[in-house]
Amino acid sequence: MNYQIEFRDVSVSYGKDVALRDINIQIPKNEIFGIIGPANAGKTTFLKAINRTLEFIHSAKTTGEVLFDGKNVKQIRNVYGLRRKVGVVFPLPVGLPMSIYENVAYAPRRSGIHDKQELEDIVVRCLQQAMLWDEVKDRLDMLGTKLSGGQQQRLTIARALSHSPDVLCLDEFSIAIDPVTTMKIEDVLVELKSEMTIILVTNLVQQARRLADQTAFFNKSELVEVGPTEKIFTSPDNQLTYDYVTGDFG
Amino acid sequence: MSSQPTNPFAETEEERRGKLVENLVGISTLLMTWLLIIPVLAIIIFLVYKAWPALSIEFLLDNPEKKMTAGGIWGPLIGTFFLVLVSLIIAAPIGILAGVYLNEFARDNWLTRFINLAVVNLAGVPSIVHGLFGLGAFVYFLGMDRCLLAASCTVAVMTLPVIITSTKEALASVPMSFRVACWNMGATKWQTIRTIVLPNSISGILTGVILQVARAAGETAPILFTGAMISSRIADSGWEAMVPYGLDDRFMALSYHLYIISTQWQNVPESFKFGTAAVMIGLVIAVNSISIAFRIYLRSRKKW
Repeated sequence: MNYQIEFRDVSVSYGKDVALRDINIQIPKNEIFGIIGPANAGKTTFLKAINRTLEFIHSAKTTGEVLFDGKNVKQIRNVYGLRRKVGVVFPLPVGLPMSIYENVAYAPRRSGIHDKQELEDIVVRCLQQAMLWDEVKDRLDMLGTKLSGGQQQRLTIARALSHSPDVLCLDEFSIAIDPVTTMKIEDVLVELKSEMTIILVTNLVQQARRLADQTAFFNKSELVEVGPTEKIFTSPDNQLTYDYVTGDFG
Repeated sequence: MSSQPTNPFAETEEERRGKLVENLVGISTLLMTWLLIIPVLAIIIFLVYKAWPALSIEFLLDNPEKKMTAGGIWGPLIGTFFLVLVSLIIAAPIGILAGVYLNEFARDNWLTRFINLAVVNLAGVPSIVHGLFGLGAFVYFLGMDRCLLAASCTVAVMTLPVIITSTKEALASVPMSFRVACWNMGATKWQTIRTIVLPNSISGILTGVILQVARAAGETAPILFTGAMISSRIADSGWEAMVPYGLDDRFMALSYHLYIISTQWQNVPESFKFGTAAVMIGLVIAVNSISIAFRIYLRSRKKW
């Protein structure tokens, strides 16, 4: 079987600090893959290893193989193409200092789309998928940075979708978003599953339970357990996992 | 009932002393700030008062005549203008690009730290040393002879460190998260710099450049040996009065002109000396004001 993402003995360290230790994981295509775990478990580093943005952290050192669609990401020569195939949403909302329209059109423009109609279609579609369209459709020329925190976060999601990624990485996307909108976005994520693989890092274990097909539990830079979500939440093999999902972790 | 209820907001000894110190600090810092204004105002008022008899449009537009005892300061004024222009044409691109490299591309290694140290030290070099360096490097070694180009190169070297530093600071003020967001969408570093970083730091960069105009116009030492001359015959009107010096000509400049008429020449009316100084100060104030107004305008359009 050809996995969308596969980690083979991947370790990442920042100087002396180990962020990921011997991670082996397979993420099938068109699945929502949940990642849970306490702070400092290596969840964000895991995402950065996929699209090679770890390279911007000069102290980061990676060993092992990260495979994207069967190809070792280190051997992909066009790293920008790889990053276009991966949409990333970080916990803190970042509206770029340009209009809402340009925020979403940014990545398509960089990849060479200049047709006005085509760009507009992308912008509308992505803003709708991110549940932001109704709130901003009359003011697309407003600065993205002037939106509220929750709106900026949805703008970030729209941007991540704008380059039609094969993998969407959501790193605690719902921190700044109200519960009602969060539920709507969760519905969209389930729909999007047919088009892409979604990696959902979340602090809300119930969110992982609701959405994820498989869930992985990370703790102290290590992958403790991975399996079908129902199993992880009801009868995990590892006591740590059980403690974490039942809220007895400490 | 009989005892007075104690005031819950009663002052403790510590709070009373705190308030006293607070007031003292407030007053003394205010006083020191006002003290700053005194020398500035004194200089300007004194200069304008002494220069008043000479100040006129003719003083600006006429060339010096009769061993500088008559006429005006057009030759030096236009010379300073071209000196500033050429030196900025040289220094601004180099300084801005170097700043972009140091802030956006350079890794934190010994070479980068060495370059940063060199920039800081270059900023601390006295201007007379820059002048001697220009004499050796541009006039003799590169064989430019004393001319506008050699003087401009020398001034450019002198202004470079501040342009580099202010560019770096302006770039660093753009939040890192903007860059990360772009990189994650597959933008290259340069695309990110061109579309996000530079448009949002250009005000800071230009402010740094404009402030160097004042410095380039005011310094005497760097041009002393590299191209300034006491007096040259230039046209009084027409095209040749607008562009009296070629890059390979020696030229008059305000700062040098002031130095000469104040110390080397006899019988120059006092109002001429103060007039020249007043024009220089006026230029510096005007340029700084433009830069401040520009900064306020761009800050009002700040996008986050």
